[in-house]
Amino acid sequence: MAPKFPRSSDQWASDSLPRGVRVPFPLAAEIALARAAGRLSRLARAGGGTTVPGKLLWKVDPGAVDRLAARLPLGSALISATNGKTTTAAMAAEILGARVRLAHNRSGANLVSGVASTLLEARGAELGLFEVDEAALPEVAARVRPRAVCLGNLFRDQLDRYGELEHVAAGWRSAVRSLPTDAALVLNGDDPQIGDLAHERPGAAVFGVDDPAVARPALQHAADSTHCVRCGAPYEYAAAYVGHLGDYRCPNCGHGRPPLTVAAREIRLQGLDAVAFRLDTPEGSRDVRLHVPGLYNVYNALAAASLARTLGASLDEIAAGLDRFSAAFGRFERIAVGDRRVLMLLIKNPAGANEAVRTIVDGGAPSLAVIALNDAIADGRDVSWIWDVDFEPLLAGLDRLVATGDRAAELALRFKYGGMDAAAIEVVPSLEQALDRGLELTPADGELVVLPTYTAMLALRKIVAGRGFVRPYWERAA
Amino acid sequence: MKIVVGHLYPDYLNIYADRGNIAVLARRAAWRGHELEVRSVSVGDPVEPGEHDLLYVGGGQDREQALVAEDLAAKADGVRAAVDGGAALLAVCGGYQLLGRSYRDFHGDDLPGIGLFPLETLAGDRRMIGDVLLECELEPGVVRTLAGFENHAGRTKLDAGAQPLGRVLAGFGNDGESGFEGCRAGGAVGTYLHGPLLPRNPWFADWVLAQALAHRLGEPPELEPLGDGLELEAHAVSAGRARTRGGRA
Repeated sequence: MAPKFPRSSDQWASDSLPRGVRVPFPLAAEIALARAAGRLSRLARAGGGTTVPGKLLWKVDPGAVDRLAARLPLGSALISATNGKTTTAAMAAEILGARVRLAHNRSGANLVSGVASTLLEARGAELGLFEVDEAALPEVAARVRPRAVCLGNLFRDQLDRYGELEHVAAGWRSAVRSLPTDAALVLNGDDPQIGDLAHERPGAAVFGVDDPAVARPALQHAADSTHCVRCGAPYEYAAAYVGHLGDYRCPNCGHGRPPLTVAAREIRLQGLDAVAFRLDTPEGSRDVRLHVPGLYNVYNALAAASLARTLGASLDEIAAGLDRFSAAFGRFERIAVGDRRVLMLLIKNPAGANEAVRTIVDGGAPSLAVIALNDAIADGRDVSWIWDVDFEPLLAGLDRLVATGDRAAELALRFKYGGMDAAAIEVVPSLEQALDRGLELTPADGELVVLPTYTAMLALRKIVAGRGFVRPYWERAA
Repeated sequence: MKIVVGHLYPDYLNIYADRGNIAVLARRAAWRGHELEVRSVSVGDPVEPGEHDLLYVGGGQDREQALVAEDLAAKADGVRAAVDGGAALLAVCGGYQLLGRSYRDFHGDDLPGIGLFPLETLAGDRRMIGDVLLECELEPGVVRTLAGFENHAGRTKLDAGAQPLGRVLAGFGNDGESGFEGCRAGGAVGTYLHGPLLPRNPWFADWVLAQALAHRLGEPPELEPLGDGLELEAHAVSAGRARTRGGRA
């Protein structure tokens, strides 16, 4: 039997409780109570019930999360990023799950309560693999005491919820400083804020893209960290790949991308179907083909591969896992709906939406799209971000737009003032009616492009699931 | 007619979709047969009085604001001369703060303002975040509403006698206490409202455009009405959001 990614012996967790922790209830009783609550929540159809047990456990005894995590014999790995954390974690799970039993919050419940719920549900798990909300990372890291942390990117996202980018970055920096001394750090060197953390921890594994042939001609409008994290001068980019991710250097003080431990080279974008690249690591190189599109997924794969490598996975296991991977739910999905197909790509912030637009247009610009803008807390109550998205390449090919969701009219304005004829825009706030209108306008055997924000995506999936076309995600996750 | 816009620090202050405001001004000008030319005025570039019909300053994060504050101080005379000469000005959020006398940021550092607006701003420990609705009377007897989104730690205090942009119907406004939002000095307006502000408030977009055109033409222009059905629908939804959930961050 192959070894199971052991960590150094002094790190092996025991069942003993951390000193000084007061135990108000026996942990077993708390677990039983919280698990029952999760089942009740699902029975009551209050959604997936994915965070209910954890919320309850956390209320009863916040320290229980720490103790549950400490029971995992192989420890835990955390993944955080503005964009791609669900996909990265799913890729890493594909690689690591072949050999060890994982506690993995694959439904995307990524606050402390979601991690707690996953720990409760995952009986017999050996390794924790958690995607973590950017703002929650410091607390989750303090409780879980991870053996590895993978940081993917920081983009402007839901400023009404997360606050300024600098604030999140400062939280990450202090979280990194507080990690256990032998915890491994995996960093995206192409993001200036994150690449700079390599100086906090010698030996950090740094990944990045190194293929100027797929670089963008210029920084996108929504590029964020474009000024030197050290001295404030504008960076010069030898290559910009996704948003502000790229090969940057400050002409004033010399701060630049750190040397890459793991790199993607010879990238071949293959429309909506796939992207291939050469994965270069210190252990050797492999040609990798992902069955999901886009340069942003190359970043996700690099993050997953670098993390898995740090945890002890072999290059063969990494290549095989990435080859097996299919998209994380709702991020990129083709759903057969009767004799038509729905192609659904999640949009949630400028950098992510730009990549969705680029991917769709590269796959052949559609003449019709349904775009859904909600403004619930999970979407961001402030919808101004849609004006920072470069929708124009998509807009240029559209004959018709169905704008939907709670802020459908605002979305319609984005396209009207982007240059689209207002007569070609239909405002249909009801998601179900908009989906039906889109399908009606789609020829038989055709494909309808749907770009929803997070809660709109959940609602649209529920609608098609209600018609028997997809399973609810919490069943799929089982 | 060509309308020249000086967009201050577009490479630093662009956090709240400021290009949406610019796009609205450009289209609404074009639909009336005018051309909007937008010129970047960034670090080291002078503001030449008379060159611009409208100056636009967007919002930035604390870090970007600090990066431009010193440069803006060097532009102070140029900006004041432009506004005194009748150029219109719209400043949103961070830009609004920098045009007051001073801004004390989150870290307790004082950033110099240029004193175009008679106000001071202090960063508070709790951000004021949410939908916001104002009632404005920019022309005597004509009361209209502005709907937007605010997200600011700064508490802005207007001097006695300073003219606010509007009265807060829902949301926080300048400081969460006074009941006022923004500041107006002639054709210069500063406000915390983004969203962006202009797409869902077409009357105000036209008011700003009219100020800029008046500078170019030397007299108030006639702006023919446009079909604003979508804009009014977006305004109604945004106003509804402010009434139900504004001012409760």
